[in-house]
Amino acid sequence: MSSIPSKSAGASVHPLPVAAANPSPEIPRNPGVALDLGWLEEIRHVNRSALERRAATITKRRSIKGDNQAAWLLRATSLMDLTTLNSDDTDDRVRRLCAKAINPLREDLRKGLDLGDELIHPAAVCVYHPFVATAVKALEGSGVHVAAVSTAFPHGLAPLSSRLEEIRASVADGADEIDIVIRRGLVLGGHWQELYDEVRQFREACGEAHLKVILGTGDLTTLRNVMLASMVAMMAGADFIKTSTGKESVNATLPVGLVMTRAIRAYEERTGYKIGFKPAGGISSAKAALDWLILIREELGRRWLEPDLFRFGASSLLTDIERQLEHHVTGRYSAAYRHAMA
Amino acid sequence: MNILDRYHAMEYGPAPESRAEADAWLAAHDFSKALFIDGKWRKASGGATFATHEPATGKLLANVAEANNADVDAAVAAARRALPKWRATSGYQRARVLYAIARAMQRHSRLFAVLESLDNGKPIRESRDIDVPLAIRHFIHHAGWAQSLEKEFPVEQGVGVCGQIIPWNFPLLMLAWKVAPALATGCTIVLKPAEFTPLTSILFAEICEKAGVPRGVVNIVQGGPETGAAIVNHPGIDKIAFTGSSEVGKIIRKATAGSGKKLSLELGGKSAFIVFEDADLDSAVEGLVDGIWFNQGQVCCAGSRLLVQEGIAEAFLARVRARMAKLRLGDPLDKNTDIGPLVDRTQLDRVRSLIAEGERQGASCWRPEADVPATGWYHLPVLAANVAPANVLAQEEVFGPVLAAMTFRDHAEAVELANNTRYGLAASVWSENVNVALHVAPQLKAGVVWINATNMFDAACGFGGYRESGFGREGGREGLREYLAPIVKPKPGRIEPFPFAKASEEAVQDFIDRTPKLFIGGKQVRPDSGYSFPVPDRKGNQIGEVGLGSRKDIRDAVSAARAAKGWAGATAYNRAQVLYFLAENLSVRADEFGARISALTGASGRVAQAEVDASVERIFAAAGMADKFEGRVHQPPSRAVTLALHEPVGVLGVVAPDQQPLLGLVTMIAPALAMGNAVVAVPSARHALIATDLYQVFETSDLPAGAVNIVTGKPSELAAVLARHDDVDGLWIVADAETCRIAEAESAGNLKRVWTSQGYAVDWNSEQGSLETFLSKAVEVKNVWVPYGD
Repeated sequence: MSSIPSKSAGASVHPLPVAAANPSPEIPRNPGVALDLGWLEEIRHVNRSALERRAATITKRRSIKGDNQAAWLLRATSLMDLTTLNSDDTDDRVRRLCAKAINPLREDLRKGLDLGDELIHPAAVCVYHPFVATAVKALEGSGVHVAAVSTAFPHGLAPLSSRLEEIRASVADGADEIDIVIRRGLVLGGHWQELYDEVRQFREACGEAHLKVILGTGDLTTLRNVMLASMVAMMAGADFIKTSTGKESVNATLPVGLVMTRAIRAYEERTGYKIGFKPAGGISSAKAALDWLILIREELGRRWLEPDLFRFGASSLLTDIERQLEHHVTGRYSAAYRHAMA
Repeated sequence: MNILDRYHAMEYGPAPESRAEADAWLAAHDFSKALFIDGKWRKASGGATFATHEPATGKLLANVAEANNADVDAAVAAARRALPKWRATSGYQRARVLYAIARAMQRHSRLFAVLESLDNGKPIRESRDIDVPLAIRHFIHHAGWAQSLEKEFPVEQGVGVCGQIIPWNFPLLMLAWKVAPALATGCTIVLKPAEFTPLTSILFAEICEKAGVPRGVVNIVQGGPETGAAIVNHPGIDKIAFTGSSEVGKIIRKATAGSGKKLSLELGGKSAFIVFEDADLDSAVEGLVDGIWFNQGQVCCAGSRLLVQEGIAEAFLARVRARMAKLRLGDPLDKNTDIGPLVDRTQLDRVRSLIAEGERQGASCWRPEADVPATGWYHLPVLAANVAPANVLAQEEVFGPVLAAMTFRDHAEAVELANNTRYGLAASVWSENVNVALHVAPQLKAGVVWINATNMFDAACGFGGYRESGFGREGGREGLREYLAPIVKPKPGRIEPFPFAKASEEAVQDFIDRTPKLFIGGKQVRPDSGYSFPVPDRKGNQIGEVGLGSRKDIRDAVSAARAAKGWAGATAYNRAQVLYFLAENLSVRADEFGARISALTGASGRVAQAEVDASVERIFAAAGMADKFEGRVHQPPSRAVTLALHEPVGVLGVVAPDQQPLLGLVTMIAPALAMGNAVVAVPSARHALIATDLYQVFETSDLPAGAVNIVTGKPSELAAVLARHDDVDGLWIVADAETCRIAEAESAGNLKRVWTSQGYAVDWNSEQGSLETFLSKAVEVKNVWVPYGD
């Protein structure tokens, strides 16, 4: 064997770069492009087995421990669309949710984490249309956005005119983000032009409000359909593409997320526009949130870990994050009831 | 850096796996007593030790006992003593031992993983998620084989004492691949781990102690090449199994020639990674990460040659570079490390010098800008573009994180480039079109083909190479065969070489004016030498003169066989019909052949006729098996099927004996043809007229030109020529011991698959001389992995 240097201080570790002064300059809004069926042909090669292998290993290739884990969980908090989408929602329930959004962490945790004056709160609350005005009022001045699910959420099967009217009504009430659903049947039938035209009109109806396009991936059956639907949505002017309504039997999965992030990458390569991504439904543990952040960090890069390009749609995730942060601060495992509910 | 800084940075930071348990294990051991022989821990008899270091830091891990010849003698003696009882142990009992080993390994899985990463430098993710689970799976899988062995292989048993030499790139996994089938078949073991990576084998030996492996059944001797040579050359060993470089594999092939040792070699590779324009390109990029940047590229089946279709090449390589930039080099125990250090300084130097040479020859090498740890044998991942097929980076196995990229225009060129190598271990095919993928896979000269995947392994699916990547398979049914030998040893008769006589001066009775020729490329041709030799009848009288074939005739015959591509491509049904027709035509001339056999060998008319009948029957049987000796479909524990295809070996040389000259010849030729091989046969010289009669039957049986070629002459000389011919893929020889030994030794040039009778005659009516025996030699098993799902 060869000679070995006698003095060594262990394998060196990766140096942590210092955060850039302004990591997230404002990005230009995606105006959409003409529907390009040839492009759809090019991107239709999606191999489920290979994607699943990548999705299964991506989170095994990265691990976030200690202070970094606390920091990443705070990041997850800031990327959250705190959501209530139940048929028994009331104004008071929504006001509670807004209060939680404004003040998500216990003061002792904020101190323990040494957050100083930094405001870390969910990016938005996400509600049905009747509660938009309530939320807007409750969140006034907080910097928390109000998102409304729209276009006959969760199925999207109302007449187009009423779906467009629904968007306009929510925007009029003050929602600045609109989460629309597509008609899944248009994807299953390959009616790309009709899908494109509808989303295009939704975008126009949104005006200044940002458009998130929910694909309902659990209904789309193949990852190829997810890829194609993602691309059509972006061509039609989506600001975000979003996995699920939370009402499908299969919600956000990492393979689906991988396809959608690859679609976003391909769109940026071709057009230069960065599109946001929002996995939603079933993301309820801090561990799952970290997995998603790793996926985004690896596939799209650091820039995407900002609220203008990434959101979690979640209702119970925040509680688990609070528990983990408490554990980080105190070293003791926490209980859900120790944290204020939404 | 406070949490808020980290909140803004969103970096990973170190996430080290604890090494405390491994350090405690290391501290608790006296590695100068690391030889595990006859169930005891011993010092090397010479007292020598060697050092093993941590590749990430260069720090010393242990000074390990180095076995010398005396220690190897002791280990072989212990294995030999333990053999009868272990072999006689019931399959069920052996299965329980294998199962106990697997469960014990599971209980200590993290210690195995951490030790492996410390000793080898591979990232903990790989040792934890890949190496150790696969090793465990191997033992559990083979527990089932142990129990079912008698039913599955009724006429075979474990070959005996196995000498096993394993490499440093997957120390525990390669140990499992060697030890599990040996234990399952009732063999005993002398295993030598690589000197860079002895640690996990020592932990494994401790597990054996606890798991009920009888003493002497598993012996582990540590050491370097000299220890390995002592094993290879030891007369008390029945089988050598080696995984390592092709260079050393060839040395072992030569060293074991004539020894009667069974041999399996799993060697190097330069595996193609083929990306068609309709592939899922992003997934193919990840495939490359799992292919060439797995274990720092120190993988024999690494997809080191990227072949990408021209139209997508630029876009694809851009994605590859973007992905490479995200690979993290670092501490192997850091869970965020993608690429660890190479195993040793010598390996780093080798990789560097090959890259420099590749650049000198015109390759342009790109490396990402990434942090490289200050200590340890790290090398950045490299993408080499503008690599001509002749470039050293396209030809030589680098065994490092270096990807050589080339483009192709169409399917045919992809296959041609992929096969333009001396190696033939693995290949990866990326296309979303099942027609393309399943069209290309069978054309690739590789023992393993992954469709839209790479580096998938399983105990049920055989692994091993074509060409100079070695022979024999590990895993699955075919892997088990490498550890089996017939229970009933045939009663051997020594073969004596035929004494070539001068032509008799006297005119011979019955000497009709016939000129037997050679049969090459479907034509009767005169020998290049222009000479003939006399062949005697049973009384020693000259009965005819036969062409004296030479090396040039063999050359022509091999070319003709190589050109007979239509035969391998014909359907099995088509080959069957030709063979049936051949049998039919031979039976029409049964009386004539019977008389000829009587005249030449002195066999009675009845015995001679029986040989002809048996020959006809055997060809008939071979015809029947042409479409039945099929591969299998494996179901590995993932959503994939693995097609174990039986493919022809290629061009087969056959050297037939004097005993039962017709039956012996057709027993070797017919199964070879049935499975689609092209044959160059050297018949018995003494009874050469049988073969020259036989080619007339071939001529009338619709065999395509070149499928069978017959070269009469001196078997010893022609066997050596065939053995030295690098376009011959396989060689079967029944001849005297010296002829067999020379052929085995000379075959090392291209590592063709050689089977010899070791100087003994073969009873063509016994198991050893059966159709089935030769059918299994007539095929290569190619495992094609087809993951599915949409």
